[in-house]
Amino acid sequence: MSDITKQSLSELIKNIKDKKLSSTEVTKAFVERSEKSKELNAYVTEDFSAAIDKAKKFDENPNLDLKLPGIPMAVKDLFCTKNVKTTAGSKILNNFTPTYESTVTQNIWNEGAILLGKLNCDEFAMGSSNETSFFGCVQNPIDKNLVPGGSSGGSSSAVAAQLTPITIGTDTGGSIRQPASFTGIVGLKPTYGSCSRYGIVAFASSLDQAGPMAQNVRDCALLHEVISSYDEKDSTSIDFKRNNYVKELTNNIKGKKIGIPKEYRVDGMPKEIEDLWMKGIDYVKDCGAEIIDISLPHTNYALPTYYIVAPAEASSNLARYDGVKYGFRADGENLIDMYEKTRSEGFGAEVQRRIMIGTYVLSSGYYDAYYLKAQKVRKLIKNDFDEAYKKVDAILTPSTPSSAFKIGEKTNDPVSMYLNDIFTVPVNLAGLPGISIPAGHDAKGYPLGLQIIGKAFDEQNLLNIAYAMEEKINFKNKITDWWIK
Amino acid sequence: MSKDKSEYLINRKDNQYEVVIGLEVHAQVTSESKLFSTSSTKFGAEPNTQVSLVDAALPGMLPVINEFCVKQAIKTGIGLKAKINKRSVFDRKNYFYADLPQGYQISQFKDPIVGEGKVILDMPEGQKEVGIERLHLEQDAGKSIHDLDPKNTFVDLNRSGVALMEIVSKPDLRSPDEVNAYVKKLRSIMRYLGTCDGNMQEGSLRADVNVSVRKKGSKEFGTRCEIKNVNSIKFMQMAIEYEANRQVDLIEDGQSIDQETRLFDTKKNETRSMRSKEDAHDYRYFPDPDLLPLEVSDDFIEKLKLEIPELPDEKKKRFIEKFKLSPYEATILVSDYETSNYFENVIKKSDVKLATNWIIGELFAALNQNNLEITESPISAGNLSKLINLIKDGTISGKIAKIVFEDMMEGDKDPKKIVEEKGLKQESDPKALEALIDKVIDDNREKATEYKSGKVKLFGFFVGQVMKVSAGKANPQLVNEILKKKL
Repeated sequence: MSDITKQSLSELIKNIKDKKLSSTEVTKAFVERSEKSKELNAYVTEDFSAAIDKAKKFDENPNLDLKLPGIPMAVKDLFCTKNVKTTAGSKILNNFTPTYESTVTQNIWNEGAILLGKLNCDEFAMGSSNETSFFGCVQNPIDKNLVPGGSSGGSSSAVAAQLTPITIGTDTGGSIRQPASFTGIVGLKPTYGSCSRYGIVAFASSLDQAGPMAQNVRDCALLHEVISSYDEKDSTSIDFKRNNYVKELTNNIKGKKIGIPKEYRVDGMPKEIEDLWMKGIDYVKDCGAEIIDISLPHTNYALPTYYIVAPAEASSNLARYDGVKYGFRADGENLIDMYEKTRSEGFGAEVQRRIMIGTYVLSSGYYDAYYLKAQKVRKLIKNDFDEAYKKVDAILTPSTPSSAFKIGEKTNDPVSMYLNDIFTVPVNLAGLPGISIPAGHDAKGYPLGLQIIGKAFDEQNLLNIAYAMEEKINFKNKITDWWIK
Repeated sequence: MSKDKSEYLINRKDNQYEVVIGLEVHAQVTSESKLFSTSSTKFGAEPNTQVSLVDAALPGMLPVINEFCVKQAIKTGIGLKAKINKRSVFDRKNYFYADLPQGYQISQFKDPIVGEGKVILDMPEGQKEVGIERLHLEQDAGKSIHDLDPKNTFVDLNRSGVALMEIVSKPDLRSPDEVNAYVKKLRSIMRYLGTCDGNMQEGSLRADVNVSVRKKGSKEFGTRCEIKNVNSIKFMQMAIEYEANRQVDLIEDGQSIDQETRLFDTKKNETRSMRSKEDAHDYRYFPDPDLLPLEVSDDFIEKLKLEIPELPDEKKKRFIEKFKLSPYEATILVSDYETSNYFENVIKKSDVKLATNWIIGELFAALNQNNLEITESPISAGNLSKLINLIKDGTISGKIAKIVFEDMMEGDKDPKKIVEEKGLKQESDPKALEALIDKVIDDNREKATEYKSGKVKLFGFFVGQVMKVSAGKANPQLVNEILKKKL
């Protein structure tokens, strides 16, 4: 059975279609491995017996024309799932069970996939290490007491540890790409507007985007094909022609122009990251693509801009968690007292910090100096990319300024934690697609990722470049199953 | 001089004060579903039965603009002769309250859908133009119910998310009477357009009233107070009267006025401080990232212009020109869309002058007495028209018509039938009348002699006697003619 969980999504689909494996066998294998992997703390909610029931039902009358026929899959606990508890990693939603399904997960179930459970994440997706979750830290399968990245830390851990063949995360400032990089897997943040935000617990509406996380680029392309759709229920969803990303996947990227932005050579960047980047350039050249030096002059302002825009939107988005209608409620003397106690007890420290930052930057008298200015800078950052894309087809950068760090290492230093997102945040601010692929290891043997940033709606080209590079890199994740007794 | 008389001024020892008023009217958009969700807007449903996931602000729920509400707002803008902004932006107005599920209201702050416009008021001393500053779309909140339980507050979210138009006037109003005329005119325009039913009892129309005072002749505005959420014209007028006097008293006393938000207590007829400027909410407005800026094309606006019906001002002009109504009559008849329709239906087949008098006189009085709207009139336009024709062709007299009219108010009966059944037909047969008159003269020989000898005043007595004997049915004109001959 252990063989089953080692298979990629594409292999599993083939085996199910060839009737070599049943959905029940596959589902049971992942359930069993998940059961043995509790120490990773990847799951917030397990839905295992329901999953096996669904798999049996699928096998009774299997529809093998579907894109994810009987494939079991756990998802980040930020996606609302009908009749399955959805917490967003927060105490304030610890008792919340939606009566509705997010569009992205509905797209997945429509293609035959089966829900295994809900994966841990930073509270309201605010964090870069999964340490802000009300349900505790998640272990990185790479090494004990290593963070899996965040906010989609449960997702990255679960894919890397083969508790689920694939998963979906959300990415507001790097929450798919950074954990993918920390765990040696592939993570795609699609163009803003590709995947519907309907039914996803909101963090920062103008930045949030759902995306696939997988063992390899092909699986990632397939899942992206399933989740990307125009949705009238999301006013920011964009109606454009979506590709058959898998069918059109090619490793032929000859003549593609890849930009190397000089501003991403940040001070204090470890040599290992610099070396990885140089290696990445070589891989790209090996594939027949052309390297072009470019400039993204406002890169330095991306992080401060992000830490104004995202908390501002969050402070408003999280106002609905007030103890009145659903979720956690603390008793109070009166309405105001109830609000204060509910929100003080219901939200963790990082969420409270960001609500305060957001409230501050939107306050009258400060709005122009912070929020409005940040929006202007955001425009400049986007213009930088637009300029660059006149010369290049995609941009290559490291995914993160370091490999995964130890649990607790940065919890008392939020700014150093925020610096983790330095390479990923500009992509969200510009609404562009970005993918992180595993590209090597550091001295400790921890995985390192490279990020490819594409033009808006150009996911196909992005996936092709990643696919070509993946072949050259030939990355092998070093998972020892240390947590399995 | 006559203009001075009509001026609304507050007099104190040596000073006269002018009152400056601006209104923020909240008008509920007539629409099947809410501004950003598909739930019904029907009034009076069981609590919390018209609440979607979006209205209750469940996690991950997103607003989607209702195009119909946008059209309604633009139509209203056209009706207010206002600038339609082709690009407008929805902002979030952030504040916590139990009946505000999102923790913010989606409104329009910097870039409203409608810009400057105007409303013309017909005041006794002439027309007055009131400037419109802007009109924007926003969500209504739910309702907190505090009196169902001694300890708990209940929340009804049926109203949560219903579309409102906030129509902000310039500080152009100068008296409670002008406020009365302004709100009525606004209501009338929206009812013509079908964009707001203007039903104040159901809360479809309410206003925040901004009041300040200044010494007569002064060009500077005084410090204003905002009286929140007043839901009838009468209360608006009372609140203004109270508030203006309160402010004048403060000034006369050498005190200053604090800019603040006040509440009108309808039981005590006074305004009370709700919160001062210092305590004012910081709403932290910012563009709603869940919604893209609202963009409408010229074509979209032009198509809506084709749907705009004849509005009260234009209709009034037509009534005066075409039907030769007096401005007074025309103003009354066009003030309400349904009334103007009723009028036009009546005159399709009957005399305009008579119809005007009967509608403004008898019908309005009867409806008022029974507390009925024109749409609830027991007498249909068709039957009123028949009644008028019966008068016009001499079948019945005006006096008899009033009796028939009363009968018709009991239920929509055909006046011809009432006349027949009750034998109320006017006696116009000269032979029959001659016989009647002969009898009256015969019975009053002495008076007839007196008349002949020059006491002409007695003519009226004879007319009265003939009418009495005929039970009012004798054709008065013929009676006159015959009497003259006979006497």
